[in-house]
Amino acid sequence: MSVIDFPHKQAAHCESGATASLLSHAGVPLSEAMVFGIGAGIFFGYVPFVKLNGFPLTTYRSRPGAIFSRVTKNLNCVVKQKRYRNPKQAMVELDQLLERGIVVGLQTSVFWLPYIPAALRFHFNAHNLIVIGKEKDNYLISDPVAPELVWCPAQDLENARFAQGALAPKGRCYYLDQVPGCGNLAQPIVQGIRSVCSDMLAPIPVAGVRGMRLMARSMPKWEQKYGQRRARYCLAQLVRMQEEIGTGGAGFRFIYAAFLQEAATHLHTPQLETVAQDLTSIGDSWREFAVQATRCCKGRAEVSYGDLSAMVADQADREEHLFRQLRALTKQLNK
Amino acid sequence: MRKEDVPQDSGVLEDNQVVNYALDDKGNYCLTATAGWAPVNEANRMAWEDIKEQLLQVRQDVTSGKKSPLTYYMTRAQMDVALLSSYSGVARWRVRRHLRPAVFNKLGSELLQHYAQLFGVSVEQLVQLPATDDLPLESGAVDDGEQYE
Repeated sequence: MSVIDFPHKQAAHCESGATASLLSHAGVPLSEAMVFGIGAGIFFGYVPFVKLNGFPLTTYRSRPGAIFSRVTKNLNCVVKQKRYRNPKQAMVELDQLLERGIVVGLQTSVFWLPYIPAALRFHFNAHNLIVIGKEKDNYLISDPVAPELVWCPAQDLENARFAQGALAPKGRCYYLDQVPGCGNLAQPIVQGIRSVCSDMLAPIPVAGVRGMRLMARSMPKWEQKYGQRRARYCLAQLVRMQEEIGTGGAGFRFIYAAFLQEAATHLHTPQLETVAQDLTSIGDSWREFAVQATRCCKGRAEVSYGDLSAMVADQADREEHLFRQLRALTKQLNK
Repeated sequence: MRKEDVPQDSGVLEDNQVVNYALDDKGNYCLTATAGWAPVNEANRMAWEDIKEQLLQVRQDVTSGKKSPLTYYMTRAQMDVALLSSYSGVARWRVRRHLRPAVFNKLGSELLQHYAQLFGVSVEQLVQLPATDDLPLESGAVDDGEQYE
């Protein structure tokens, strides 16, 4: 069968990477960071009443699927998306699309993908990849986080598409049907920054900087609440959410800073460059937080949950300041 | 983070590389390949250790006849009753019953085959405990996580 010529480029984050590659393939070359920014990918959430492996849900990014839908909407692309009940039908339709020369994005679970390193194969159901060809019973895949193209057996891909549990993909596939050339990115960029600011500064206790403060307040109680051992695993999970594969470093703070830098050039607004520098320094502190949290995990006496909590509270203050500044800037830009 | 500070601590990624965003000499962001980072390796190892401890407990329960071997395979696949129920299409209350040795031992071959296929093992393997857990933790691809300071 056929293999479609596709510009594979390794990215930091699967969703922004997949979206950027699909757009590039359709003739609109955007960088991953730009897609991440327009798609308003940065976020923070601490949701103690939703449990993941028994620990509070913590996230440094927006909800899965949000980047793709925001970017394609802001760039006026026509998107075709479909979910399936029947796995066999889903695979047949995938083959038909490939026959027509269409590259297809899929939502999958990393648990079933054999080419993902074994240690990273947990039940995470919102991994994005792009199928670009098929030969016999193997699919050729452009996985945004992999350095090269990879082959995946059909049965494994089918399992990955029909994974169960939270965020079950239900065979979701998507592709770009029509992509208007986008001459002016100014409007989408400003829109992207605005939604990020409103998300991060939202008056909701679990979201954005308020979420950070909520987490900071609860951290000193973790040991009491979960017991010493579980509290450590909880901390380990936090570090993984922040740094494990797909964040570009510092829980998406660096990739967003890269976007702000690019936006500064696009909008001829040097102030954005300054904001990018501030965000880089905030990101560096998140990295330091990860180092200290790992020390605490390992039971080193010199780092306590109280210290970590103070670090998070400080990060909340700095991010609040930054996003307020950013919001003020977008108001100026729109005049 | 500056480009030259991007860590290269191999571990969970095995021989693979992912990319980080870092600053070059001129202060511009660029994509930089990284082999991994010690704190991440450590956090990941702890997540597997958690599973390993659970498996140890389940092994004891299976040996002492409190739980069925299905419980072991379910735990090893990082599943709980709800998730196993969605994957197998067997109702939760039935899955819960199948975790009891008395019920599990009387299961028909069709249902056993169904579970075995889901966990990628044979029926003979499914009805007993494997000798080793075969977790990524034991493959030796883990940093000791001490070199970051």
